[in-house]
Amino acid sequence: MDFNLTEEQEMLRKTARDFLTTNCPKSLVREMAKDEKGYPLQLWQKMGEMGWMGVIIPEEYGGAGASFFDLVVLLEEMGRACLPGPFFSTVVLGGLTILEAGSEEQKKETLPKLAEGKLLLTLALTEPSALYTAEGIQTKATQMGKDFLIQGIKLFVPDAHISDNLICAARTRETEIPEDGITLFLVDPKSPGISCTLLKTIAGDKKCEVIFDNVNAPGRNVLGNLHEGWPILDKVLEKAVVAQCAEMVGGARQVLEMTVKYAKQRMAFGHPIGSFQAIQHYCANMLVDVDGCSLLTYHAAWRLSEGLPAAQEVAMAKSLINERFKRIAASGIQIHGAIGFTEEHDLPLYFKRAKAWEMNLGDTSFHLDKIAKSIE
Amino acid sequence: MDFGFSQQEESFRKEVREFIQKEFPSELRWHFRVTFAPSIHGLDGEAWQLMRTMSRKLGAKGWLSLSWPKEYGGQNSLFLQNIVYEEVLYHNCPGINHIGVTFLAPTLIHFGSEEQKKAHLPGIARGEVYWCELLSEPDSGSDLASLRTRATEEGDYYVINGQKTWTSGAHLSDWGFVLARTDPDLTRHRGLSYFLVDMKTPGITVKPLLNMLGEYDFAEVFFDDVRVPKENLVGGKNRGWYVTMATLDFERAALMFYPSVRAYLEHLLEYVKQTHKPLDPVLRNRLAELFAECEMARWIHYRAIWMMEKGSIPTYEAAIDKLYNSELAQRAAELGMQVLGEYGGLLPGSRFACLNGWPSFYYLDTVSYSILAGTSEIDRNVIAVRGLGLPTQ
Repeated sequence: MDFNLTEEQEMLRKTARDFLTTNCPKSLVREMAKDEKGYPLQLWQKMGEMGWMGVIIPEEYGGAGASFFDLVVLLEEMGRACLPGPFFSTVVLGGLTILEAGSEEQKKETLPKLAEGKLLLTLALTEPSALYTAEGIQTKATQMGKDFLIQGIKLFVPDAHISDNLICAARTRETEIPEDGITLFLVDPKSPGISCTLLKTIAGDKKCEVIFDNVNAPGRNVLGNLHEGWPILDKVLEKAVVAQCAEMVGGARQVLEMTVKYAKQRMAFGHPIGSFQAIQHYCANMLVDVDGCSLLTYHAAWRLSEGLPAAQEVAMAKSLINERFKRIAASGIQIHGAIGFTEEHDLPLYFKRAKAWEMNLGDTSFHLDKIAKSIE
Repeated sequence: MDFGFSQQEESFRKEVREFIQKEFPSELRWHFRVTFAPSIHGLDGEAWQLMRTMSRKLGAKGWLSLSWPKEYGGQNSLFLQNIVYEEVLYHNCPGINHIGVTFLAPTLIHFGSEEQKKAHLPGIARGEVYWCELLSEPDSGSDLASLRTRATEEGDYYVINGQKTWTSGAHLSDWGFVLARTDPDLTRHRGLSYFLVDMKTPGITVKPLLNMLGEYDFAEVFFDDVRVPKENLVGGKNRGWYVTMATLDFERAALMFYPSVRAYLEHLLEYVKQTHKPLDPVLRNRLAELFAECEMARWIHYRAIWMMEKGSIPTYEAAIDKLYNSELAQRAAELGMQVLGEYGGLLPGSRFACLNGWPSFYYLDTVSYSILAGTSEIDRNVIAVRGLGLPTQ
C-alpha cells in the first residue's frame, strides 16, 4: 500500500500547477465563460506542446503512453485551475472511446492529431431524457446499404459546437435489452442534416443541443462492432466519471486552501476569524470531505489503472464527491462572507462548477442507484 | 499510489477469518453485544468470560502484538494488525482490550523504559492483562490539562490522590495508566506525569456507573493515598502530557468503526430482503451512500495506518479518522432505525425485535462514539489547528 504519488506524478503535478497558474488566470476563466467558443486557442496550442492531449495515447500513435492515473493527476490540476476548453471532451470522452473501440485505421487517423491538439472530439451521448443509461439512447441509425442514416436529438453534448468530430451513440436495433443494439459512429459535424445550438449553462461550460436529421454516416465510420456500442461506453464512462471526480477534487482542494488563507488574514473582534471555533470547524469539515473524496477518487483510479473491476468504487466516488464539493464550495463562500458572492471573486467559479460537474456523467441519485444495485 | 494488499496480507486475512469462524461461531454473534461497540465493558458473567477467553486465544496466536517491533515479540506490521481488528469487528468477535493493545502498548514501546516494556508488554500480548485509561476527571474532560489529581513524591513512591471518571472498564481491569499532577507550580500541561498503576493497589475505589444502555460500562475511580512505585512513571517526571498526546494519537488512529458499520448495514440489507419489506427509495439511496461512506472511512483509516507504518505519528489524519468513523456509525445507526420504524425501537429479548434488538442498542451506543477518546469538537480543533494551520486564540 502506498498513498504517495510517484516522483514522476509529483513532477507532472507541479509542472501542471505552475503552467496553469501562469497561463490560466481566473480573468481568462471568466472571459471564456462568456466567450462563445469557450477556449483560447493559444493556451490550447501550448497545452498541445506540453503533450497533455496525448498523455494517455500510446506512443505508437504519437502520445506519451502514460497511465490513466497520470491523467487523473493532470485533471486534478485542471479542476483546480477551472481550465476552460475542450480537454475533457476531446481527451477523456473522445480519446478514451477511440482507444477502446477504434480500428487500427481509425486510431491512426485520429489519435496522432488528437495527441497534437489538432483534432477536437466529443461524445454525443445524452438526449432530452438526460439519462446516462442505455435506455436514454433513442436516436436511431438506420442501415441503408453500407451507410447509416442517423435521426434524433442529442442534448447536453459538451463542446459539440467546436468539435471536429462527434462520436454519436445511436440505436441500430431494438431488442428487449436496452444495452443491446447501440452502435457508435464517428460523425463529421459539418455533415448535412446536423444542426448544433449552444446552450447557456450555470457554469459557462459549453453544452449543446445537436439535432441529427437524417444524417448520413458511412459504414466505415462505425466504431467497434455493430450493436455492441454500450459495453464500450460503459468502460469509457467508468473512466470518464473518475476523470470528472479528479477535476472536482482539484477544485475542492483549491477552495479549501483559498478559504483557510482568508480565515488566517481576515480580522474580526480583534482576532483572525480562523481562530474562532465556528470557522475552524467549518474548515475541518471541508478538509475531511476533501481528503475522503480524494482517497475514493484515487482508489477508483488505481483500480482502473490496474485493470481491476471498479464499477462500484467509481459510483461511490462520484456519489459522495457530488454532494461534498457543493458543500465545500458553499462553506468557502460562507466563510468569505459577501465578497464570496460577487462576480469578481473566484469562489463562484467553483460553486458553479460544483453544480455543473455534479450533474455531468450521472448525478448523485444515479450513482447511488448503481451502488444499491451492486449490493442488493 | 497503491491500494492493494500483498499476497501475505490477503492470505493472513483468510486465516483470521477461518479462526474466527471456528472459535466464535456466527450464532454467538447475536448473544454478545461486544465489539460492535468500543464499550466492551458493559459485559458481565458469561459474556465477560468469553471476552477473556477469546483474548487469550488471540494472544496465543500472536495476533495482539503484530504491530510491535520484533524484539518485543511482534511482526512490525500495522497492516497485519489492522486486518485482525477489521475481521474481529466485522464478525462481532470479542477479545480485544483496545486500551492495552492499541493505546498503551505503542505508547510503552515509544516512551517506556526497558523494564516497563519487559514487565507489561508480554501480559498484553498474551491477552491476559486488561488495562483501563484514567484521564478524565469530573471537572476535566476536553480540557484535560486542567486536571487536579495529584501525585506527590515520597521516597521510592508517588502517592496519588484525586478522582478520575468515565473510565471504561475500570471495574474489570487489572492495570491502568493515570495522568496526574506532579508539579502544581508549573503551567497546566507542563506539571503532569504518566503512571502505570495496578488496580488492586490499596486506596483505589472503583464505582461503576450505569450508562444509558443500562450497562455498567464506565466507572468513577477514587485515589486515596495510592502508593505507586517510582519505576512506574512513564517518560519522566512532568513529561506526562507529551506521553498522553501520543497515547491519544494512537487511540484516535486505532478506533475504527467502519468494519462494524459495514456489518450492520449488510445485516440490515439482508433483513430487508428476507422480510420483503419494500425499502423506501430515499432510504435505499441513504443505505447506498452509507456503504460508500464505509469505503471512505476505510481508506481514511488505512492512510493513518500507512503513515504510522512509515514511522510518522499521524496527527490530524488520526483525528479525521476518529471523527469520520464515529459520526459514520451514528448515521448508520440512525438509518437502521429509520428503515425498521417501530420495530427498531424494540430491545433485545423483546417479542418482534429485529436483528436480535441490535438496532436499538446500536442507536443508543453510538451516541457515545463522538464523545469517547476525545469529542468530535476536539477532533475538529485538532484538524483545524494541526491540519490546516489555523491560529489559536
